[in-house]
Amino acid sequence: MTAAPTLERPLAQRAPRRTPRWQLRLSAWLPVLTTSAILLAMFITGQAVFGNFFTSRLISSLFLDNAYLIVLAVGMTYVILTGGIDLSVGAVVAFSGIFGAQLLQTGWPAFIVIPAIVVSGSLIGALIGVLVQVFEIQPFIASLAAMFLARGLAYVVSLQSIAITDPAVTWLERTRFQLGGGWFVTPTVIIAVLTVAVSVWVLQYTRFGRSVYAIGGNEQSARLMGLQVARTRIAVYVISGTCAGIAGLIFAAYTGSGYSLTGLGMELDAIAAVVIGGTILTGGSGYVIGSLFGVMVYGLIEISITYIGVDSWWTKIVVGGLLLVFVVLQRLLVARRKR
Amino acid sequence: MRTLTRHRLFWPIAALVALVVINTLSRPSFLSVTVNDGELYGSLIDILRNSAPLMLVGIGMTLVIATRGIDLSVGAIIAISGAVALSYIANSGSPESLVTVATGIGLGIGVSLVLGLWNGFLVSVIGIQPIIATLVLMLAGRGIAMLITQGQITTITSGPYDFIASGYVFGLPVPFYISVVAVVAAALLVRRTAFGVLLEAVGINPAASRLAGIKSRGIIWIVYGFSGLLAGAAGIIYSSNISAADANNAGLNVEVDAILAVVIGGTSLAGGKFMLSGTVIGVLIIQTLTATVTFLGVPPAVTPLFKAIVVIVVCLLQSPKVRQLLTKRRKPTPRAERTETVKVSAAA
Repeated sequence: MTAAPTLERPLAQRAPRRTPRWQLRLSAWLPVLTTSAILLAMFITGQAVFGNFFTSRLISSLFLDNAYLIVLAVGMTYVILTGGIDLSVGAVVAFSGIFGAQLLQTGWPAFIVIPAIVVSGSLIGALIGVLVQVFEIQPFIASLAAMFLARGLAYVVSLQSIAITDPAVTWLERTRFQLGGGWFVTPTVIIAVLTVAVSVWVLQYTRFGRSVYAIGGNEQSARLMGLQVARTRIAVYVISGTCAGIAGLIFAAYTGSGYSLTGLGMELDAIAAVVIGGTILTGGSGYVIGSLFGVMVYGLIEISITYIGVDSWWTKIVVGGLLLVFVVLQRLLVARRKR
Repeated sequence: MRTLTRHRLFWPIAALVALVVINTLSRPSFLSVTVNDGELYGSLIDILRNSAPLMLVGIGMTLVIATRGIDLSVGAIIAISGAVALSYIANSGSPESLVTVATGIGLGIGVSLVLGLWNGFLVSVIGIQPIIATLVLMLAGRGIAMLITQGQITTITSGPYDFIASGYVFGLPVPFYISVVAVVAAALLVRRTAFGVLLEAVGINPAASRLAGIKSRGIIWIVYGFSGLLAGAAGIIYSSNISAADANNAGLNVEVDAILAVVIGGTSLAGGKFMLSGTVIGVLIIQTLTATVTFLGVPPAVTPLFKAIVVIVVCLLQSPKVRQLLTKRRKPTPRAERTETVKVSAAA
């Protein structure tokens, strides 16, 4: 009896001092805003130091070089928003690429092969989803197993690199739509930007998207609210796998070949980009647009390193350091919000 | 029989035995051990020797996983440790001197310990999730190792240093002794002192263990430091084995293999109860699997496929759903059901 009022009093006191809605909104967007500020700062510094940095040409090729990573990061964002992780995407990129290259080499037409590349990714994603949801294996281990599976299958298909000469696939990479003023886009970049746009819509404006956030926020509450937890969770891994398949297509077109050893550690790049983009790994908070910025920051670091002319391993050190800064920053934000 | 199959180590041991049987059937000389100059040679000895780095890393990983953590940085630490030790020895001018080699090893392992403690600092003091905290070092670590070796593959010719990986004492390879010492030390630490109990308490319920007066911060710190230390020792063995520090490839994917070994050995990634003996068997399974694939004449590149199958099968056998199906068919006993609920709550 006596315990109840003492418990309630702080609650009652706190109620009128609740944080206003715009402030909550702002704190959710703060990581993304920070990332875009960093991105802007990098452009300005680069322009100031190197002169010809902030140019249409550089930004166009930034998108071109990182189109596959954008698609991967978008897929990864879904999974991380539910509190999961998908380590298989790098291996899936390698597998879908070499699988498609092999099919093309044996004479299959491109209109069958291109969907096959994407669907092979979806299937591996579906496998992870089932392992995670039905058999309750942790996402980390389930996607690790899928990573081995995809990598092994890629080796089974071929150990050698297979060149892709099919006009439809090379068209994806070689075509440059000039937009004037030095701006250009390739079909691969269009695919990547479309993936981002569709995902922004799905995650912000559909019931499915709300379920994704709800599961990441608190799975039990989501279930009690009557959301389709099982279906959503499997779908999230299918989406990530599909994105990895699309990225495999883009990467195969980008490199003009399929090779079973590509994509080593690519999943870590994707995860790092998502985290730098402000999505929290425990799930429930983050935005796809942040992941896009994260990839841009990643790509800009690489370009800056080549501009400065120091050795390429500095890229890894800088990315690691930046990751650290972001995680600590998020940690501070979360700690403040809890208080 | 039923109590036997229900033992937590039954499936891992069965898998190991099955692998050995397959090998012996396909190549009868697999089990034979020959004595040459008082030194033992044979496939089994090779497996024992080659498993040493993974064994060290696996033990550290088991303790980290017991606290609900994970250490992705061990591969990078292996690269850094080898790079530090070899750079020191190569620049010292007297690579054959025992003092130089000992100092080099000390430096390598010391740096690794510091890196491990850094991980522990991020996890326990700053409160970053283990997977991301160690990802920082995993990404940056190889870059740092490159920085130390200046992007080259540092090679040395040093008798004492080579001895670590290819030497023999009393007929058995030195790495085998190193892994035995590590296993025994870890086992004594967690089973003969209160440390193991505290570790499980932190892993099972961090909040409850804190209320019970356990200083989880210090324990987590120790565990990551220990993992870094062991990874450093693994890095020394690895670089000694090839007499070179390869910043790009040293310990590549070792974190994945170590995590698999721990999981195959029956320790849940959800933390809490852990089994060092399971990890030892898990490491042997992975090493034997790699050897098997080579013996069967399959291209070694296909190894991941076999690993995937083993992981999926072992994980499925351990998953609550499949266990439920199995026990249902076998007529459930109340005791089995109780362990089931414990498992679920630990996973949640």
